Amino acid sequence: MAFRYEVRLSGSGGQGLILVGKVLAEAAAIYDGLNATQSQSYGPEARGGASRSEVIISDGDIDYPKAENIDIMLALTQEACDKYVVDLKEGGILLVDSQMVTNIPKGSYKVVALPIIQSAVERLGKFLVSNIIALGVITKLSGVVSEDSVKHAIRARVPKGTEEINIKAFYTGIELADNWLGKHGSLL
Amino acid sequence: MDYLYYLRKEKMPHIWCDGCGHGIILKSILRVIDKLGWEKDDIAMVSGIGCSSRTPGYVDFNTLHTTHGRAIAFATGLKIVKPNLHVIVVSGDGDATAIGGNHFIHAARRNIDLTVIIYNNYIYGMTGGQASPTTPIGKKASTAPYGNPDAPFDISRLAQAAGAAYVARSTVYHVGKTDRYIEQAFLKKGFSVVEVMTPCPTSYGRRNKEGNGVEMMMFQKKNSVGVERAQKMSEEELQGKIITGVFVDKEQNNYLQRYDEVIDKAKQINQ
Amino acid sequence: MENIPNPNVRMWQGNVACAEGAIAAGCRFFAGYPITPSSEIAEVLALRFPVIGGNFIQMEDEIAAMGAIIGGSLGGAKTMTATSGPGFSLKQENIGFAVMAEVPCVIVNVQRGGPSTGLPTHAAQSDVMQARWGTHGDHPIIVLCPSSVRETYDLTIRAFNLAEKYRMPVILLSDEIIGHLTEKIEIPEPSTIEIIDRKKPTDTPENYLPYKMDDSDIPAMANFGEGYRYHVTGLAHDETGFPTNDPKKIRAQMLRLNRKIQRFRNDIVEVETFNTDDMDVLVISFGSTARSAKRAVINAREKGVKAGLLRLKTIWPFPDKEIEALYKPVRKIVVAEMNLGQIAHEVEWATRREKPVVRVNKIDGEPITPNEIFEAIIS
Repeated sequence: MAFRYEVRLSGSGGQGLILVGKVLAEAAAIYDGLNATQSQSYGPEARGGASRSEVIISDGDIDYPKAENIDIMLALTQEACDKYVVDLKEGGILLVDSQMVTNIPKGSYKVVALPIIQSAVERLGKFLVSNIIALGVITKLSGVVSEDSVKHAIRARVPKGTEEINIKAFYTGIELADNWLGKHGSLL
Repeated sequence: MDYLYYLRKEKMPHIWCDGCGHGIILKSILRVIDKLGWEKDDIAMVSGIGCSSRTPGYVDFNTLHTTHGRAIAFATGLKIVKPNLHVIVVSGDGDATAIGGNHFIHAARRNIDLTVIIYNNYIYGMTGGQASPTTPIGKKASTAPYGNPDAPFDISRLAQAAGAAYVARSTVYHVGKTDRYIEQAFLKKGFSVVEVMTPCPTSYGRRNKEGNGVEMMMFQKKNSVGVERAQKMSEEELQGKIITGVFVDKEQNNYLQRYDEVIDKAKQINQ
Repeated sequence: MENIPNPNVRMWQGNVACAEGAIAAGCRFFAGYPITPSSEIAEVLALRFPVIGGNFIQMEDEIAAMGAIIGGSLGGAKTMTATSGPGFSLKQENIGFAVMAEVPCVIVNVQRGGPSTGLPTHAAQSDVMQARWGTHGDHPIIVLCPSSVRETYDLTIRAFNLAEKYRMPVILLSDEIIGHLTEKIEIPEPSTIEIIDRKKPTDTPENYLPYKMDDSDIPAMANFGEGYRYHVTGLAHDETGFPTNDPKKIRAQMLRLNRKIQRFRNDIVEVETFNTDDMDVLVISFGSTARSAKRAVINAREKGVKAGLLRLKTIWPFPDKEIEALYKPVRKIVVAEMNLGQIAHEVEWATRREKPVVRVNKIDGEPITPNEIFEAIIS
């Protein structure tokens, strides 16, 4: 049977989560030859508010394009975490920013709390690349797409002139995930 | 000149009443077209709804009789797709400035190369004399039986404020001026407006005791004031007067010229 | 490993596929007004048209946009506008004009929740009846509903082809889910795409009748400015295009307007069936909801319930014959739609209420889930 992998990216409007969704979906569909869909739910505000972007990846057809049984969910704000965690499946991964999300909702999932935003500011001097750091973490933890494909997809998507800092951010995310896995062992 | 060459004879008689000024405006339009030597195939006449908007049915051009107030919107699409057509919009005061007011001001802002000729008779004539946006305060209409409480639009000033490249006002009494203004408007490569005051004895004159068509034209003769002279007159002196003349005549890039610049820029970027 | 992606494989949003489909169909004039969730269609064409010889214009309002595309079509271009609920309401009078004056054009409605401002950023499928009967008068219309990004591309092209072929406005009724869904699409080679253009007059200008009554039921259409000086009006008119009050002539033209769709409905109506050969339960759906319905049918089959899906790609004219051919052997019919039963009502009519019709409806902006349809199938 075809596999179906569900990703939900949540935070507040303006954090670049729709871009992360698009890059992840493009990495899977264009460079890894899988099927993927990306969709979003948003309110009237261009910035702020709780927003979410969802990616479904499969080696078969994707009929229902919304996430219902989520494999990995990213939350970059407490509000988004509280609001959107409901569909995370049993044993799924809840990836949170360790500074922004301090109150982890109860549930039977694996929690990975990492200083995503802090790393963006302190290591790369750019708050704006937090989203791509998160993408690196997700790539590593999920294993659903190849690092190479994500790298290609980032280069194709991000504004000209920002490729290098975004690739650096991506590897910062991979490193954060590697360190976490080193400390906590495999997620499985 | 042979007016009949431009008319659809089989569509006569027209629907306009005795004493209505609309036919005088139509003849002005045809005289100017004839003078400019425009080919019938190269002219599109577009209208909305109302007495004035029946004009296209009578002329042997590419003619389009649209929905109420929307003639300028239809004409805009046609002009963009067929820029070589001379696109003339004919409209009434209600059609152009009530239901179609938004299209009118935005076409002026956009400076799309159309000529709009507005037959202003202060009233919705076809439908029985309801008040329009140019009905003066206190005048009677079927929907203003005790006198109109609304203040009127000055259509030419409205067009001027909205950015039209050419604006002029005349009356059906002042045929020579009307011809001249229409010619200038037709030759303007931008949004041009000619407002022509025209009597509606049936629906406006009768109700307001202003007499028949001839008497209403005599009123136009007596009460018209040139724009230069009007500048020296007080508000009080101008009460009830019709200010005629050219309000705007300026050169500015029109919409299609600006869109050509967009095309150049887009092609450079996407090379 | 070097990744060399196929350049024809893209990740596109439904709205992007609509804009690109329009370009592939030969559309070169778009007039629009910004409205969520359709604005990406305008944005893509604003970007693309100047480069490929098309014209994009942002009009002052929805009504003007509809008027402009009719004017543009009379000038000979293939034209389109795109909108959503409130804008679709505003366009209705001029849509009626295009029907009456037989002017080809495409209107895209990316449906959102209503009535009124409703749910600007959430999906609905509640404009089914408005698409059919939104403008006044008694007239036919063609309405197509895409269920995927690729199908948005294909049906946009088809909308243009049908508009040109039958000389009338065609409505592409998408929804927020499909419009904003990014999905993998392999763009077809242009040479494989069928393009239909309007029938041009073969008569001389002197003999040209823009609304000619002949065996074809579809009169040839001359473009303005090409030597055929004729009159176009929204008033009831005769073969010449000029207004008439003659009841005989009016009746003849009005019946022809209806006949041109009835007569060619088999060419217009498209449906897709899935697992319907041996089914006990017929599921009927369209647009984004059909995706949930397909998953529900697969899940029901896994549980041993013989369910099948009829997906409506054309909703008007209504696929009554196609339903008729399927419903006799089934135990019940499930109709899933994001409204309170606009298609279900038509299904009951088409099946003469011989089978129970179970309605799965939602009007809160959330999609209908596969499980909600599954429950209706197995209950």
